[in-house]
Amino acid sequence: MNGEREGSGWWKITDVRVIDPYRQRAWQGDVLVGQGRFQDLAASADAPESVSGRGLWLVPRLLDMHVHLRSPGQEWKEDLASGSAAAAHGGFAAVMTMPNTDPVVDVPSLVSWQIAEGRRIGLVDVLPAGAVTKASGGQELAELWKMEKAGAVGFSDDGRPVADGGLMRAALSYSATLAGPIVQHAEDVTLSGRGVMHEGEVSGRLGLAGVPGEAEAVMVWRDVQLAALTDGRLHVAHVSTPGALEAIQWAKAHGLRVTAEVTPHHLFFTDERVAELAFSPVTKVNPPLRPESYRQVLLQAMKSGLIDAIASDHAPHHADEKDLPYKDAPFGISSLETAVAAVLTVGLDELAMDPLTLLVRMTAAPHRILGLSYQGLVPGESADFALIDPDARLPVDPGKWYSQARETPWQGVALRGQVVATMLRGRWAMREGEVLTCGLR
Amino acid sequence: MRDLIALGDLSRAQLEDLLDLAAAMKEIIRRPVKKVPTLRGKAVANVFFEASTRTRNSFELAGKYLGADVINFQARGSSVEKGETLWDTVRTMRAMRVDAVIVRHQAEGVPGEMAARLDIPVINAGDGAHQHPTQGLLDLLTIRDRLGHIAGLTVTIVGDVLHSRVARSDIEGLLQLGAKVRLVGPPALIPGRWDSPHVRIYTDLAEALAGAQVVQVLRIQRERQASGGIPSLREYHDRWGITPAGLGLADAEVLVLHPGPQNRGVEIDSAVVDDPKRSAIQDQVENGVAVRMAVLYRLVGGKEAME
Ligand SMILES: [Zn+2]
Repeated sequence: MNGEREGSGWWKITDVRVIDPYRQRAWQGDVLVGQGRFQDLAASADAPESVSGRGLWLVPRLLDMHVHLRSPGQEWKEDLASGSAAAAHGGFAAVMTMPNTDPVVDVPSLVSWQIAEGRRIGLVDVLPAGAVTKASGGQELAELWKMEKAGAVGFSDDGRPVADGGLMRAALSYSATLAGPIVQHAEDVTLSGRGVMHEGEVSGRLGLAGVPGEAEAVMVWRDVQLAALTDGRLHVAHVSTPGALEAIQWAKAHGLRVTAEVTPHHLFFTDERVAELAFSPVTKVNPPLRPESYRQVLLQAMKSGLIDAIASDHAPHHADEKDLPYKDAPFGISSLETAVAAVLTVGLDELAMDPLTLLVRMTAAPHRILGLSYQGLVPGESADFALIDPDARLPVDPGKWYSQARETPWQGVALRGQVVATMLRGRWAMREGEVLTCGLR
Repeated sequence: MRDLIALGDLSRAQLEDLLDLAAAMKEIIRRPVKKVPTLRGKAVANVFFEASTRTRNSFELAGKYLGADVINFQARGSSVEKGETLWDTVRTMRAMRVDAVIVRHQAEGVPGEMAARLDIPVINAGDGAHQHPTQGLLDLLTIRDRLGHIAGLTVTIVGDVLHSRVARSDIEGLLQLGAKVRLVGPPALIPGRWDSPHVRIYTDLAEALAGAQVVQVLRIQRERQASGGIPSLREYHDRWGITPAGLGLADAEVLVLHPGPQNRGVEIDSAVVDDPKRSAIQDQVENGVAVRMAVLYRLVGGKEAME
C-alpha cells in the first residue's frame, strides 16, 4: 500500500499459534517478518530479532469496519492520532471510519485528507467511509464514485439513516456500480422518537422512554426490498433485533448482496445493564442494548454466519458530554479497546466457537464486505497482525486506554483475552500494551 | 438506608416503620403548636429543577415542623447548561454543608446520581417518569388509614402509567406490602408488561375496576393527545374517566386516590372527587406532610437506624 512506512527490521515470532481466518488454517510454529512482509521461513537473509510467541495467538489483520474517530471537527471527543492509537492498542490493523464528522466526509478531498493523516500517524490503516448523501442531509447523493476513487471503502449516513425511500433506492442502485457497500444505520426515527433505551420490561420499570425493536426491523425490511429491486450492495450496520435478522435471512435466501454486522456490546450486554448501572449513560448506545431473548438470537446468528461481521461502533464522546442525566447524554461508548476481549469472551467461553470461525468476523469478512483483498499469512503479504494472549483474564481498566474517551459499560468486568502486540506492515504499532507513538504529536 | 431514591429499595419492615412513624407525625401536625425540635440546627435544601409548588411546600412544611432550616434552591438553566448546572449544584450543596438534599428533576436517575456524589442523605422528590417515593408512601399511608390494611387489597391504577413516576412508586410499595395491582389505560400509555405475578394489565376499565378496593386515578396530560396516545380528552373521559357509575363496578367500600391536581371532568368527575365517603384526596395532602416528616426524621434526625 504505502512503501515509505514499511518496517525495515526482521522479526521472528517463535512458537506461536497462528490463527489465520483468511485461509481457514491454524498451526503452531514460527513466523518470519522482514521488509514489511511475511517471509518464507527459509528465506532469512539478515539475523531476525526473536520474539517469543509461546502461549500467544497470531491473528492476521483485524479490521474494525465501524468506528467514529471524530476528525475533522470534533477533536475534543477523539482525533485521528488518539483513535489510531486506540485501534492499535485494541489489536486492529485497519478501521473504517464513519463520515459523520464536522464537516461530514462527503467529498473526495476529505477522504484523501483522512487517509493521508492516518498514514502520517502510521499506527493503523484509516479506511474512510464517505457519506451517502451530501452533508448526510438525506436530500441528494454525494459523489460516491469520486470518493471511492479517493480511497473511500464504503458509504454511510450513520447516525442519520437514509429515511427517504426513493433516495435509498437511488443510493443502492448506484452502489451496484461501485466496490463499496451502502452501510445503513437502520432506524425509523419516527418510531424511535425520544427513546433512550430498548422499549420493554426494563424501560417500563425505570420510566425511561423506549425504542421498540421494530424501529430497526421495519427499516431493514424496507432496505432489503430495495436491495432486491436494485441489485445494490447493502450492509446493515450494528444489527440488534430478531426482526432485522429475519429480513437479512430473507435477503440472503434470495441471493441478494446483503451483509450485516453486530457489535460486541449487543452480544455481551442486555437492557438489564441499564438498571444495574443505575442510569449511568455508559449503557446509552444506539441501537440500544436489547433484552436477553434478542441477545440469544444475535449470538446464534453470529455463530451461524447469518451476521457476517463484528464491528465495535466505537463512538467516543468527551467525558463532560457523557456526564449528563441519562436522557440528555449522547449515544455512544468507547469500545475499540474492549472489542477483541469481549468477542473472545462471548465467542470462546459462551458459544464455544472455534477461533478460526469466530475471528473470520473481524478479519476476512469485513474485507470481503468492503471489497478489499488480503491473503492472510502467506509470504509476500503485508505483515499486519495482532498477538493475543487468549487465556488472560483481566478486568477492564480504561485508565490504560489510548482513546480520549473512557466511557464503557465494561468498566471492571473481567474479560478473556488480551491483545499484547499489534504489527502493521512489519512495524510494531503496539507492544505489551504500549502504543509506539514515536513521531506523533 | 441513607437515601430515599425508589420505594423498591425499601424492605417491608422499613416501609412499615416509615408508615408507623408518619402516623405518629400526624398527631404532631394536629397539635396547636406543631414544632418539635428533632431537627433543630439542621439545614435541609429543597432543590427543585422542575416547578412544583405543592411538593416543595409539603417538604418545606415537614422540615419546619421538625425544627429544621429549609433552604429553597431555584435551580434552573437552559437545556445546554443542564448538566453543568446540575453537578455544580451538587458541589454547592457539599460546600454549604447542608445536612440533606431534597431533589426534583425532569430526568430519570438524577437523584440517584446525586446520592452517589454526596455523602449526605438525598431524598427523591420526583425524577422524570421514574419514581416519586414520598408520594408512594403517602398513598400507602392513606390506604392503610382508611382501610386498616394493605395486604390482600386489589388496587387499580388508571391512566397514563407509562409516563407516571407516581404509578411506579405506588406499584413497588403496594407489591412490597402484599397488595395486588391492576394497570389500566389506553394501550399506548401503559407498559406492555410488568415482571410480577401480582400485576395485571388491562385496557378495559370495567374489567379493571371489578371488585377493586382502591382506585388510584392518574392525571392525564394534554400533550398525550398530540403524541397519539389518545384521540381527545373527551374520548378519554368516556373510556377511562372515573365516574360514580363506573365506580359501581368496584367494591362497595372503594377508596379513590388522585395525586393531584385533578382535571375534573377528564380523568375524574367532580362527583367522585367531592364524595367524602369514597374520595381520600383531602387525606392525601395531610398525609403528604406526615410522611415527609417521617422520612426527614429517619434520614436526617433520629440516629436510631431503621434496620
Ligand atoms: Zn450507527
